[in-house]
Amino acid sequence: MTSSVAIGIDMASHEADFYIHELYPVNFFGTTVYITTTHVCTLIVLITIAVLAIVARRSVLKKREVPSKFAAGVEIAISTLLNFVNGTMGKAGKKYINYIGTLFIFVLLSNISGLFGLRPPTADYGTTLCIALISFVMIQYAAIRYQKWGAFKSLFEPIFLFFPINVISEFATPVSLSLRLFGNILAGTVMMALYYGMLPIFCKFGIPSALHVYFDLFSGAIQAYVFCMLTMTFVADKRNVEG
Amino acid sequence: MTQIHIDGLISACSAIGAGIAVCSGIGPGIGQGIAAGYGASAVGRNPGAKGDIMSTMLLGQAVAETTGLYGLVVALLLMFVKPFGK
Repeated sequence: MTSSVAIGIDMASHEADFYIHELYPVNFFGTTVYITTTHVCTLIVLITIAVLAIVARRSVLKKREVPSKFAAGVEIAISTLLNFVNGTMGKAGKKYINYIGTLFIFVLLSNISGLFGLRPPTADYGTTLCIALISFVMIQYAAIRYQKWGAFKSLFEPIFLFFPINVISEFATPVSLSLRLFGNILAGTVMMALYYGMLPIFCKFGIPSALHVYFDLFSGAIQAYVFCMLTMTFVADKRNVEG
Repeated sequence: MTQIHIDGLISACSAIGAGIAVCSGIGPGIGQGIAAGYGASAVGRNPGAKGDIMSTMLLGQAVAETTGLYGLVVALLLMFVKPFGK
């Protein structure tokens, strides 16, 4: 049994277990912080991505008459990604394809990791806020780079009285991006934990597979798609406006 | 008459508040249904553009879902973090 005191949460019930567990205390400049399940699961997801990437690279580079099924699958995935990014961002897509691809794979595997008994890292607000902040910095950089002073001028439109509202709407972007991903995945995690924790034993075979397909696979894939799509839409929007 | 302890009162009110906050799921449900209905009719009219219609519909639904998720987050905060109890 690990210590089951989640961050700011009193354990009311030991049955439904969807909390972030603190595994190992670390002394960080005088304050005690904890290695939590989020860190461990993120590490597992990252190692999985690295292994997949190495295997994919080796199988694609191998010289053969007919590429193996795995290599063909990797090529199809890459060309789908290219079409996806170029279709949304047009010519500018080439610069952002690395970031969008990385983001998509990480968020997708994080969301799906609930299927393998891990607690999804994206069900922790720390993770989603960080990736949303990276996207936010990228959006603002694109605005300043391609609109120059127009980026600041557009904060004062239509008249200067709208300045606070425009600033709030700029800062609402990362908040809504991160909360959307976090809320969806956390809702799935909580539902699965309640199902497993609250019902009698004969309900736990067979029936949860349908719930796993919906909450982990379908919802996770949709949310990864939506996160990447919205990031691309915002960046393309900032780039294309003539300022 | 039995005494009501203040912590119990706060827990009970938090639970009621969480229940009310989750009612924000009604709006996104209606909105997503409308979006899906128009998406289906658009595919019926122009089956060739199914991919574009699908992605636009999913994007719109995801944006419409945000308000419902705010309600969900508020409910979870009230239930499990208990900001008023300390």
